Amino acid sequence: MVVNMSIEQDEIEKIAELARIHISGEQIGQVTQRITEILQMVDQLQAVDTRDIEPMANPLDATQRLRTDEVTESDRREAFQAIAPAVEDGLYLVPKVID
Amino acid sequence: MQWETVIGLEVHLQLATNSKIFSGSPTTFGAQPNTQASAVDLAMPGMLPVLNELAVRYAVKFGLGIGAEIGMRSVFDRKNYFYPDLPKGYQISQFEAPIVGRGSFEILMEDGSIREIGITRAHLEEDAGKSLHEDFHGQTGIDLNRAGTPLLEIVSEPDIRNAAEAVAYLKTLHRLVTYLGISDGNMAEGSMRCDVNISLRPVGSETLGTRAEIKNVNSFRFVEKAIHHEIDRQADILEDGGEVVQETRLYDADRDETRSMRSKEVANDYRYFPEPDLLPIVIDDAYVEEIRSGLPELPAEKHHRFTEQYGLGNYDANVLSDSRSLADYYEAVVADCGDAKIAANWVQVELLGQLNRSDLDIEDSPVSAANLGGLIQRILDNSISGKIAKQVFEGMCQGEGSADEIIEARGLKQVSDSGALEIMVDEVISGNAAQVAQYLAADEAKRKKLVGFFVGQVMKLSKGQANPQMVNQLLAKKLV
Repeated sequence: MVVNMSIEQDEIEKIAELARIHISGEQIGQVTQRITEILQMVDQLQAVDTRDIEPMANPLDATQRLRTDEVTESDRREAFQAIAPAVEDGLYLVPKVID
Repeated sequence: MQWETVIGLEVHLQLATNSKIFSGSPTTFGAQPNTQASAVDLAMPGMLPVLNELAVRYAVKFGLGIGAEIGMRSVFDRKNYFYPDLPKGYQISQFEAPIVGRGSFEILMEDGSIREIGITRAHLEEDAGKSLHEDFHGQTGIDLNRAGTPLLEIVSEPDIRNAAEAVAYLKTLHRLVTYLGISDGNMAEGSMRCDVNISLRPVGSETLGTRAEIKNVNSFRFVEKAIHHEIDRQADILEDGGEVVQETRLYDADRDETRSMRSKEVANDYRYFPEPDLLPIVIDDAYVEEIRSGLPELPAEKHHRFTEQYGLGNYDANVLSDSRSLADYYEAVVADCGDAKIAANWVQVELLGQLNRSDLDIEDSPVSAANLGGLIQRILDNSISGKIAKQVFEGMCQGEGSADEIIEARGLKQVSDSGALEIMVDEVISGNAAQVAQYLAADEAKRKKLVGFFVGQVMKLSKGQANPQMVNQLLAKKLV
């Protein structure tokens, strides 16, 4: 199955917004061009027949080891907050978020 | 036009583990802000998640409890979005291959009818932190104690048709997960949070209408109110020829309304991909069977057994199987007194009434099952009347001891001594000549009513301790 992937500039803008990446007006054409090239490579990969191959979530031939439910961490708030830009009453402060 | 409501619920259930799903931080509720947030929870560079086995076990337990397919090989994915209480910029969740697949359970409606509600899936994920929007001079405060708390997101099929069914579904689910012991089910502390997907369609239509999602409704009552409100809102739009917009709405309990969360509209593209930091979770049959063999009797099974074994009606069986502790208590009382019906009455009316008034759980009952069983025995063997038994029960609530001790100490034993009763009956008859004359002049039907007066007088005289059956017999003999 071959799907020709291409991407429009407005899609790049939407993805950039979702990823919180700022791309300036003069850069956007170049970014679109480069991502289009990557997608062409994906097109090439898509051409491989994978009908009988099971989807792979991870390249390692191993499964997840599980941890026993035990508390192993102690309170290190002071150390962590020493490097935070702004804290108050034990909270990290960030620019106002409006829902 | 007549509209049919279609509702699907997503419940975020907090699992009762001691440590977080991917780190060794504690999950205790109410700790000082950020004192339970480790480097993993804070998304410090280079930190890697390690999955908590108990979270997996609890998820499987739930799956078995609803007869679902268990995902023997499940995969974690990254759900990407930006919000300050999610420091990694993604939530580790499960998308394509959840740990629990399709299942179902039955809900019992108030009219006694039963509905089966399908479960689409349930998957493991981590909770986010908490944002506090007030009081920080225009800034938002972030507490990451909750970040990484294990959640099981339980997604229902759109099988629910009204608010009452939604509430019954949630109550049944709540009962199930507390029976299973996988969650403390504490709604006030956010252990069970609910998103409601709701849409309307013309009655008879098979296609689904456009839905709105109401986020984070945290009590049974609010779920009911939010659904009523949303049905009205959507019906108004549709009646006016408008179209419902697919969006996320927030229920405001103070104003009893839902409002749009506009900022999230654009962000609804989570770009899921497999979490490279975690390998697939593979469990085997032995693991599942070990969990299955440890399952307790489930609420529906217990309910059914109570109706069969004790001859209880649906309502009584439902109340008494509400929690494992209450059911155990009830069964202990039955075992002690041997009368399932009277035990059901006493537990529901007197005991639960008392616990409600003093805001106590059954675990903290001031009256032990053995004491309540002992009290009922004394009613059954006619040592005390039902009325006196209530006094004894009050004594038990005050910690005065067993039924026999209280009856003895307060001198409440029923008077069944015919000699003593006869004296009292004679006294009442001689002291109420007018009533006696009236009684003797009356016909059979009227006499039955009038005799109550004399019984009452004798009971009064005996401070409620006279054996009422014997008093009736004596009166019948003497009032001639």
